[in-house]
Amino acid sequence: MTPFKSKTSLVLIVLAALLMFVTPQFLKNYGIYLLTYWLIFIIATMGLNLTIGYAGQKSLGHAAFFGIGAYTVAILMKAGFSFWLGLPAAALICFVVGLILGFPALRVQAIYLAFATLGFNTAVWLVMRNEEWLTGGTFGINNIARPSLFGYSLEGNLPYYYFVLAVALGTSALLWGLLRSPWGKAFTALRDNPIRAESLGIDIRNYTLLSFAIGAAYAGVAGALFASLVQFIEPGPFAVSASIMMYLMVVVGGAGYFLGPIVGAAVGVVLPEWLRDVPGVANWYLPMFGAAVVLLMIWLPDGLLSIPDRLRAKREARDASLARTLAASKLGAKP
Amino acid sequence: MTAPLLKVTDLKKAYGAIQAVGGVSFEVMPGEIFGVIGPNGSGKTTMFNSVLGQISPDAGAIELHGKNITGLSPLELSRRGVGRTFQTLQVFGKMTVRDNLIVAAQEHHGSMLSRMFAPSDSGLGAKADALIDQFRIRHVAGSLAGTLSYGQQKLVDIAMAFMAEPDLVLLDEPCAGVNPSLVGGISTLLKDLNRNPKFGKKASFVVIEHNMDFVMNLCHRIMVMVEGRVLAIGTPAEIRANKAVLEAYLGN
Repeated sequence: MTPFKSKTSLVLIVLAALLMFVTPQFLKNYGIYLLTYWLIFIIATMGLNLTIGYAGQKSLGHAAFFGIGAYTVAILMKAGFSFWLGLPAAALICFVVGLILGFPALRVQAIYLAFATLGFNTAVWLVMRNEEWLTGGTFGINNIARPSLFGYSLEGNLPYYYFVLAVALGTSALLWGLLRSPWGKAFTALRDNPIRAESLGIDIRNYTLLSFAIGAAYAGVAGALFASLVQFIEPGPFAVSASIMMYLMVVVGGAGYFLGPIVGAAVGVVLPEWLRDVPGVANWYLPMFGAAVVLLMIWLPDGLLSIPDRLRAKREARDASLARTLAASKLGAKP
Repeated sequence: MTAPLLKVTDLKKAYGAIQAVGGVSFEVMPGEIFGVIGPNGSGKTTMFNSVLGQISPDAGAIELHGKNITGLSPLELSRRGVGRTFQTLQVFGKMTVRDNLIVAAQEHHGSMLSRMFAPSDSGLGAKADALIDQFRIRHVAGSLAGTLSYGQQKLVDIAMAFMAEPDLVLLDEPCAGVNPSLVGGISTLLKDLNRNPKFGKKASFVVIEHNMDFVMNLCHRIMVMVEGRVLAIGTPAEIRANKAVLEAYLGN
């Protein structure tokens, strides 16, 4: 990332954070719930953006980590442990499982890796559905409580929203710092050209594994927050289709753009909900959503956040072409 | 007599029934520019990739500073001071030129953990800028490498191999696809890097190249390969006068 882009991103983040802080005051319960839902998907897809967008590892198993995070918190809380133990446990377990899932990526790439991770997602989903003693099977786990913090209850939708917002800001700041450090360059090098990267002393094995593990830990945190938000979990939201949807969110927002997941999750989570409430659109929102995605992939394969880059590239090309014409005529070339 | 920097002894590599490299031995002295020429399919790149750990040789020994490095991975070789370029362009297209240079050396100091908390340029900014000036790519230093012209990317590609202060750099066709005026520029750059090293350490080069003028003008000694074997090793003048070499190049 060029410094210019980083600075703009930082300003945008501060503005967006302010907006996110004030907006829910004017919303009803459902609006607040939806915003919280969006934030949770931002955290999850931020992690996936690291795996896919920065490190270039095509993973279709992200919803499995999201689910592992959610079930970890739910099961631990049912066993009498605190949410504050469950949250880091979810992150840690996902980190370790993510590290293990990274190993196939050392052998296979691209679509083959996508299928390997998809198989992993299916296996995890089957455990959630079939191991009733642990996960409650299709009945799921209900009455998952929301935590309280320093004696202050996060039970209400508004306090819980602010809690999730704080976690989202914290995890974004962490990722921001990581991507600005030499690690960010190593991940990008791994994505752009792993063979050259290795010949320059970049340990592509470690960076590949860590891109999975850190991405998975983000999904774990998001899953933990999700369980406490919806207070009832069953295998449904963690199936392969959810992984595909998360992948789509990363791509629609712009893979490898730091703010991509914010836009992508808005398109994937908020937009369908909003379209569903627009009169006359209710029966059409899914086909419309699908058509919009098709058009987007045709015209903006690099995602919505690539628009400013495209405009800049166009302007630079125009300037360069003008300069060439001028230089040519100076040398005496006929137009 | 000084000890050789790189010593390759009886290197062999076969692909099925084809003996791509059939017993190649040579030595590269410290500070030397060693050229490798030969017709297409003579085993130059296979020899290169065996030395560089990209493929594992069937037999033979490779020593660097007298230590056996046979079968080490490209990663380990890089950390031991072996840099390289590839036959085709291999820059990181979505990174700026300056970041391409920084990432080319950042993993050579500290641990992964320390790099997590290191500054964005790993303290390599000044070094990258020095190479950018030497390679005259200052005007594109902030551009994404993938947007540059072929010749400019080739310069970035070569500069990257020198960022980590290597003892030995293997260059696979540094002039391939480059226009004649830039060929002269690359030759001057390489001579300069060899004679007046920017960062204090004197590097040896092994260069594969088809451009005869370039090789004859740049290299101290030249090895000619034919059908996976060494036909001759000698100074440019000796190679030019060698009848067998002329025959191999001009056909029967």
